[in-house]
Amino acid sequence: MSTQLPEQVDDESSADEVEPQPEAQERRLQKKRDRAAEQERQRQAEEAEKALDDEDTYHLKVFRYDPEIAGKKEPRFDDFHVPFEKGMTVLDALMYARDTYDSSLTFRHSCRQAICGSDAMFVNGSQRLCCKTQLSDLEEPVRIEPLPHAEVVKDLVVDMEHFYDQMEAVEPYFQTNDLPDGELEEQRQSRENREKVKMSTRCIWCGACMSSCNIAAGDNQYLGPAALNKAYRFTMDEREGEEMKQQRLEILEQEHGVWRCQTQFSCTEVCPKDIPLTEHIQELKREAVKNNLKFW
Amino acid sequence: MHEHDVIVVGAGGAGLRAAIAAQEEGADVAIVSKLHPVRSHTGAAEGGINAALREGDSWQDHAYDTMKGSDYLGDAPAIETLAQDSPEEVIQLEHWGMAFSREEDGRVSQRPFGGLSFPRTTYAGAETGHQLLHTMYEQLVKRGIEVYDEWYVLDLAVSDEPEPEDRSCHGVVGYDIQSGTIEGFRARDGVILATGGLGQVYDHTTNAVANTGDGVAMAYRAGVPIEDMEFIQFHPTTLPSTGVLITEGVRGEGGILYNEEGERFMFEYGYANNDGELASRDVVSRAELTEVNEGRGIEDEYVHLDMRHLGEERIVDRLENIIHLSEDFEGVDPLEEPMPVKPGQHYAMGGIETDENGETCVSGLYAAGECACASVHGSNRLGGNALPELIVFGARAGHHAAGRDMKEAEIPTGKRGDWEAGDVDTPVEPGDVPGTGAGDAVADGGAAASDLDPDELVQRATERTQVRIESLLDNEDGRNHAEIRSEVQESMTQHVNVFREKEGLKQALRDIREAREKYAEVGVADQSRTFNTDLLHTIETRNIIDLAEAITLGALAREEFRGAHWRKEHQERDDENWLKHTLLSWNGGSPELWFKPVILEGEDKRYEPKIRSY
Repeated sequence: MSTQLPEQVDDESSADEVEPQPEAQERRLQKKRDRAAEQERQRQAEEAEKALDDEDTYHLKVFRYDPEIAGKKEPRFDDFHVPFEKGMTVLDALMYARDTYDSSLTFRHSCRQAICGSDAMFVNGSQRLCCKTQLSDLEEPVRIEPLPHAEVVKDLVVDMEHFYDQMEAVEPYFQTNDLPDGELEEQRQSRENREKVKMSTRCIWCGACMSSCNIAAGDNQYLGPAALNKAYRFTMDEREGEEMKQQRLEILEQEHGVWRCQTQFSCTEVCPKDIPLTEHIQELKREAVKNNLKFW
Repeated sequence: MHEHDVIVVGAGGAGLRAAIAAQEEGADVAIVSKLHPVRSHTGAAEGGINAALREGDSWQDHAYDTMKGSDYLGDAPAIETLAQDSPEEVIQLEHWGMAFSREEDGRVSQRPFGGLSFPRTTYAGAETGHQLLHTMYEQLVKRGIEVYDEWYVLDLAVSDEPEPEDRSCHGVVGYDIQSGTIEGFRARDGVILATGGLGQVYDHTTNAVANTGDGVAMAYRAGVPIEDMEFIQFHPTTLPSTGVLITEGVRGEGGILYNEEGERFMFEYGYANNDGELASRDVVSRAELTEVNEGRGIEDEYVHLDMRHLGEERIVDRLENIIHLSEDFEGVDPLEEPMPVKPGQHYAMGGIETDENGETCVSGLYAAGECACASVHGSNRLGGNALPELIVFGARAGHHAAGRDMKEAEIPTGKRGDWEAGDVDTPVEPGDVPGTGAGDAVADGGAAASDLDPDELVQRATERTQVRIESLLDNEDGRNHAEIRSEVQESMTQHVNVFREKEGLKQALRDIREAREKYAEVGVADQSRTFNTDLLHTIETRNIIDLAEAITLGALAREEFRGAHWRKEHQERDDENWLKHTLLSWNGGSPELWFKPVILEGEDKRYEPKIRSY
């Protein structure tokens, strides 16, 4: 089990931290929660049994965990049997399970067209975007877990803060001191240069690469493939100029920067936008070497 | 309680631009958003940004095309502002590093789009929105603007004077999705709503699941009029199984539509003999559905969009994203086969009534982007005009809220004595959900601003919201929101779609009434305080019900055929009676309908309505 769970706190203190409430009300709520949990388990068992009789269903095994609710604190897998329709994606199946069987099933999703990057999960042992993964491409039972190497908030939702922090560490914004004269004059950029950075600009911050990276798993400070790719996007943009490029390479050459990458290609393999992440990191290494050679 | 000068609600294109603008003006600004900014739906925009940048083009031509495209229901001051400000805003994006597609000489590329007299759509492949969203988020990071992400805004803190024009907004109430904490956000100078679209009112939409029209619904219930809600744009090329958008850029580059017989129906059946596939979106959507309804659709559902003849090189260069979308979501390789497409809900032309500075009639409350209606798009939005709207009006709202001295607005807001009162014959009593306690014109404050200090007003709104949340959680055995939501979505898609008729519209109102009654019994089964999406979706569903009703009431009231609004009983555009905007006021839970005239007077000309011929 590669998923990290936050340290559990006992029942009452967690409730107190969330919102202090009179004891009686809290006891009442707790009872309700326990009862709800029990009812839910029963209903699911019944639904599961019913669905098993149906041949055109897909069997999902979904990771569940809720730090707050008695009976859900112990991580477990729930079974859902979802009626299958042609073209159905893993996200469709999860939404069906949530809307039909258990409204407490929790996961992030929004655009369902592979651009918002919010529904990256660990599906049958691989980091994937649920919205663009066809159920029919997967072996049953389909095992759905939160992204490994990230703290689980609840069910399939992980804490993305660390990922965002790493993205911000590379100064992820365009910087130039050399804007053209004239209010409506754009900076020229050659087609070749735009083509060079194009793939790197497609990152949707889903976190799949970071989750798949062995180095990032062992070194919390490693910038990781997504942030390095973001750095590539600017380092290679001819509009920023040479001086800025050197400044960027200095950031990338730090102890937990590009040199940590061991070219295992796992990030490149899982990237849902087909960004050649490993290649970009290698190119940054080459640039860094060239940059250093100049001063010898 | 959190406190800032300006609070921006929503972190898509309009919200980000508004926050940057407010900060440029020296304000302490914060964004409160239910999604992390990079997850916003602006990222899904594909086609491009219209801006008159080149020799041979002019802002006047852009304004004229937009007015004509709107079918003369846009307000000239808003349209001209859009056309005048967008070149500077687009070049600013370029200066912020946005990865636009490039010409041989290194300048940004532009391409033709439907309804435009000049190829003025600037783009970044078929992923313009993604590039724009990320570029602006980068600027946010650079400037250190504070973002409360995964905080859902549940209500506005608005004072409750009898007339909305006398009210003022002092903040919002937020819900921290991760922890379940409810807190007030006090805004010293202004609140800017930038909450985007409401596509989830329908079940076949290009919009994200998060696009539930929260801002429009909140403003509506706080007494702000909402404008032209009946004008919903249906995009003619969405994938049938999911609603995923296939950009108009495909037709802009020369893509062709065919029916089942292999006929190029836009010409062969005379829907648009001048512009064919590049006629405006309402025209093409109706043409496709007519083909399907007359038995010339494929599998009785869709038509084909073919771009194979453009050649692989051009497709990869300009429309690469479309290859992936078609393959991933429809299993069709568009380099080998034509893509199946049908119309889908895409954009709400209507929304919160604002002037050209983004201000509403409630002082301190602004709106920008798709949730707003400064009336740039009138009854039909041209492709490539949504993204400039975001940046132009986002920037203006941000500057104005933060205190910049702007030219006085020409578009009037709020209800005036001389506006014409409207009336519709409805089969049911429309309005509030019984027992939810949000029926009062002002959702929260409970007192006029003069009686309370603003902090106290925000505090009261917060307490009231807490009670509402507790009661939803208390009713754990109540009805599930998902059932109610999908019933509304299905009825809207059946009755308030591309084609509309009186009886269907009335049926939709009856269905919505039924949904309201069910909603009175709604409850939340998930009792957790942590990341409770069950609770969020329950609250969103209420917004969907209110907006579905507003759209249907507007559609029933407007007895003419204009832009995206087609009525079976009224097959003519009626300029004599209907050159006016539909407005709805919440009025304590019983919607009040009235009209205000369209402004056709521009800076130095008057726009004369002409028959649209595409």
